[in-house]
Amino acid sequence: MIPLRMIAFIVTLLALSLGASAQDADLKPIIGKFADSKNFRQTEAIVLELAATGDSRTERVLVALSDGNLYVRSADKGVFVGSESGSTITLSDPVSGEDAGQATKSEVSKIRVNNSLRRTIRDAIGTLTLGSDDPAVRLSAAETMFRSPDPASIPALDAAIASEKVASVKTRLEQARASAVLLSDLDDEQKQAAIAVIGAMGSRDALSLLTAYEAQAQGELKDAAAAAITGINSSLALWAAGQNVWYGLSLGSVLLLAAIGLAITFGVMGVINMAHGEMVMLGAYTTYVVQNLIRGSAPELFDYSLLIALPLAFLVAGGVGLVLERGIIRFLYGRPLETLLATWGVSLVLQQTVRSIFGPTNKEVGNPSWMSGAFQLGELSVTWNRLWILVFAIVVFFALLYVMNRTAWGLQMRAVTANRRMASSMGIRTPWIDAMTFALGSGIAGIAGVALSQIDNVSPNLGQGYIIDSFMVVVFGGVGNLWGTLVGALSLGVLNKFLEPYAGAVLGKILVLVLIILFIQKRPRGLFALKGRAVEA
Amino acid sequence: MSKSGTILYLDGVSRSFDGFKAINNLSLVLDKGEMRAIIGPNGAGKTTMMDIITGKTRPDVGEVFFDGQIDLTRHDEADIAMMGIGRKFQKPTVFESHTIEDNLVLSLKGPRSIFPALFHRRTASEVKHIDHILEVIRLGDKRYELAANLSHGQKQWLEIGMLLAQDPKLLLVDEPVAGMTDAETEETARLLRDINETHSVIVVEHDMHFVRELGVKVTCLHEGSVLSEGTLDFVSADERVVEVYLGR
Amino acid sequence: MITGRFFASGADRRILLTIALLLVVAALVPVLNLAVSPASAFYVPSYIVALVGKYLCYALLALSLDLVWGYCGILSLGHGAFFALGGYAMGMYLMRQIGDRGVYGNPILPDFMVFLNWKELPWFWYGFDQFWFAALMVMLVPGLLAFIFGWFAFRSRVTGVYLSIITQAMTYALLLAFFRNDMGFGGNNGLTDFKDILGFNVQADATRSALFAASAIALALGVLVTWLVVSSKYGKLLVAVRDAESRTRFLGWRAENVKLFAFTVSAVMAGIAGALYVPQVGIINPGEFEPANSIEVVIWTAVGGRGTIVGPIIGAVLVNAGKSFFTGAFPEFWLFALGGLFVFVTLFMPKGILGLWDQWSGKLKWRSPSQADEIPDDQGEVVVRVGQTQAQSGGNAEPQPAE
Repeated sequence: MIPLRMIAFIVTLLALSLGASAQDADLKPIIGKFADSKNFRQTEAIVLELAATGDSRTERVLVALSDGNLYVRSADKGVFVGSESGSTITLSDPVSGEDAGQATKSEVSKIRVNNSLRRTIRDAIGTLTLGSDDPAVRLSAAETMFRSPDPASIPALDAAIASEKVASVKTRLEQARASAVLLSDLDDEQKQAAIAVIGAMGSRDALSLLTAYEAQAQGELKDAAAAAITGINSSLALWAAGQNVWYGLSLGSVLLLAAIGLAITFGVMGVINMAHGEMVMLGAYTTYVVQNLIRGSAPELFDYSLLIALPLAFLVAGGVGLVLERGIIRFLYGRPLETLLATWGVSLVLQQTVRSIFGPTNKEVGNPSWMSGAFQLGELSVTWNRLWILVFAIVVFFALLYVMNRTAWGLQMRAVTANRRMASSMGIRTPWIDAMTFALGSGIAGIAGVALSQIDNVSPNLGQGYIIDSFMVVVFGGVGNLWGTLVGALSLGVLNKFLEPYAGAVLGKILVLVLIILFIQKRPRGLFALKGRAVEA
Repeated sequence: MSKSGTILYLDGVSRSFDGFKAINNLSLVLDKGEMRAIIGPNGAGKTTMMDIITGKTRPDVGEVFFDGQIDLTRHDEADIAMMGIGRKFQKPTVFESHTIEDNLVLSLKGPRSIFPALFHRRTASEVKHIDHILEVIRLGDKRYELAANLSHGQKQWLEIGMLLAQDPKLLLVDEPVAGMTDAETEETARLLRDINETHSVIVVEHDMHFVRELGVKVTCLHEGSVLSEGTLDFVSADERVVEVYLGR
Repeated sequence: MITGRFFASGADRRILLTIALLLVVAALVPVLNLAVSPASAFYVPSYIVALVGKYLCYALLALSLDLVWGYCGILSLGHGAFFALGGYAMGMYLMRQIGDRGVYGNPILPDFMVFLNWKELPWFWYGFDQFWFAALMVMLVPGLLAFIFGWFAFRSRVTGVYLSIITQAMTYALLLAFFRNDMGFGGNNGLTDFKDILGFNVQADATRSALFAASAIALALGVLVTWLVVSSKYGKLLVAVRDAESRTRFLGWRAENVKLFAFTVSAVMAGIAGALYVPQVGIINPGEFEPANSIEVVIWTAVGGRGTIVGPIIGAVLVNAGKSFFTGAFPEFWLFALGGLFVFVTLFMPKGILGLWDQWSGKLKWRSPSQADEIPDDQGEVVVRVGQTQAQSGGNAEPQPAE
């Protein structure tokens, strides 16, 4: 048994090496022609010849040529791939990659390429890589061929489509073929099918391809292309709307984060806390301090810095809120306008304190790796940090909803809001509940600051940018109603982003402000207002 | 029912707040010159009814007519007040940082726009009218005192005095004797009977003693509609009324 | 009635005194600045004239806020917008007066328009080369904005903090708008580099003195007008709306019109203040629309004592003098001081300086009842109640959920 297998092995090995050398023999002469090439046109012809072999090993030499790393040794007109280091060039075999010694610059000459040649080479490589084992490589090859269609590649594509197993790659190959068909002299029927395939893609690439084709097409084909363009345009408009919705939701989640603490202090307690934005700012600075400490002492924890900062920011902002409530606000209950003024004063003091400690400039707060970058979803591009902030805002919202509606503390808070005297006589310590509720609202502002530090400049003025927007959200959504805050924040965010393309960013924001002002006129108690005789009094 | 000859005509009026029916198919007719006492337990809809008549709240359905032909549901508070409906609140509401006199000056019948007020000069007849009202509500000696310094009962009277200055056709008086001594209560009953000589009046009151003093037709409201109507003796003999007040 | 009150004592005397003082200052300071030798002890240096002139404009702004906040309970957090609009109207006149002396030498277009490559003057700049037109716009633009805004807000019965917040949103929206270059108001940089006003050099001492006198006289007029308004029957109505709005409605008054009138008059006053301010400081930019500025006006008014006419003037001058001192000597501490002032005044001095003064002097002397309607109450009940519907003293303070 063993000798038999041994023999089979050796035979296989022999066959392989023979085959290889046989192909080497095919490739080498073609590559050798580079040495005699007089101009770009000749070089291009050689490139096309190489590509026509369909041998994937030609990729090495083509890449080298495109990068300007293909050399001819003057002594023997041998063609080598070289890598330059100082004045010497290390040479290697263009096909096998084996080491072929070194040469000085004077001993070899570089084969020159220009941009149009590079394009040809790239296309050639695209065709070659269709045969690769890696689906991702095949996909990118199909991509390349779609972008620079060539009727000559149709047979190669047909072959690739026939043997392709991966559905997504196959689709892409078919699209690449369709784009090539449009430029070919195939019959109208084929072209109609191609237009249909490209029209179905609905992407911007497909649009530009078809637009270019429509310009030179005639008769029914022109009509078909025009119809497909209309189709693509409407699907693109849908995607654009989708992108706007995403941007809007993203802005809405930021508004929600900033406003949600306010929904507690203003909505539930009726306290106008103008220092709310500064609580957000304190949360952002807590993140900055935490990241600084981590950078200094335990850099490996950097990806967890936000998770560490969250509870700390909650405690810092909540603590400041507690002091604020006990020290100032509790003396001003029932006097909302005075509360407004006093808390504005507090906000000035907090801003100046932070400015004195950390300086007036923006502080660098880094994104952990899992919050960096973006991904593509159809025609949508979604950044990770925005996505995480949206998720985070929703989580905070539902956590708060749970606390308010399902815990003893929440029950006490609601009881105190509904009927203070009754709650007090039931044994609830109302001043303590007031203080804790306010601290909760402030603490939530603090954790909002952790999230906002990822997308905004961390400076002493961070909070001021949010205060008016947050109040608008709470008032728009309906005071005293958490769901109103959610719907208010998200719909204002989306509205803002939908106005932007028509009115520009600043004018869009102004329009939203004006709309809210008008809306408050119409429904002074917001979207989700409580109704009843008591509130009308 | 005919609207002519009535000062107030409510038919099939309903109003709900978040599903709670504060007023439920309420019908009530008040003849010109009549005084009516309205009683009813808490939450019977008395204040909401007042709100609907004075334009503060709009009914969901139903007709509300004043003076036989004016549809009150189409007008707001200021309009309705100008047509001649005056209202005294349950909680006495006067301008506390003004003197008694200024409270009355602001209530006097007359133009209600900005510029006349800006260039207004007090006339002799106004002063006389104010003198008269002060006499009626017995606050002549406190003319220049701030309303804030009045006792609860005095504020009630000042508010009634403001209604008199306004000289409406119909007065809605909400709990006028709350917080008054027995003597003051009797005085108030006499005052209201005097007012009734020339005005139509609706009085909402819990104090049965006071209602008896008034000696007028009584309407008992319950859960937003009329439970019983008639003389006080008739109403208080009604089993349903007893049930509502004493519980089942 | 008004003439009868003219020679009354107490608060009225205080107001008369203020008017007289302002007129004296208006006459005297220019003389001391221009005609007295700099070596003399009575010489008033030009920088003092400029500084105090600025304070007088602030005082007029604070007075305008007092009319709506002190007497009608409308806490406007957007009065800076009316001030800035008046300032812009004046600034546009001053820009047109530059003529071809600008950097680009264009006889019609202001420099920033040339810079933005604009070919012709936008329609809303027409007429601003005439002083009378600009002066009219100084009053008309803020007045119209206040009228439209108030018409919507008061009619739908937006009150209390809701109103405060939307007034803040209003000035914020204007801030964003004026920052835009294509609005045609100089964008970020605003309007500056003024040369002449009515043919006189704005930098000259004589012009500065004249502007100072104009500010003092405008303030005196403002005091007079406010005083006449609040002591009329309408003024009583204003206070009545502040204290019991629904009561006034059931008496047949249209509370929304009452407020609208005061709000509009107040905005016009603020606009005039802004118009006098701009030539004295030499610049107007969108920063004047900052919500923070408007809130600062509130604290001037609160420090002096709202609802007193004279108080806001004292407050504006004192706080701004403090600001000048701090920002010069300890710039780090100015915001601490201002923030602390907000907290201190609301907690310990709800009636402001004049309130304290009245409380103190009220214990010493007896006052006739006829003036009671001018200074409401020795206990200061009224002032505490300003801007809220229900009277609540500090003792039973409880949070009330916003409705």
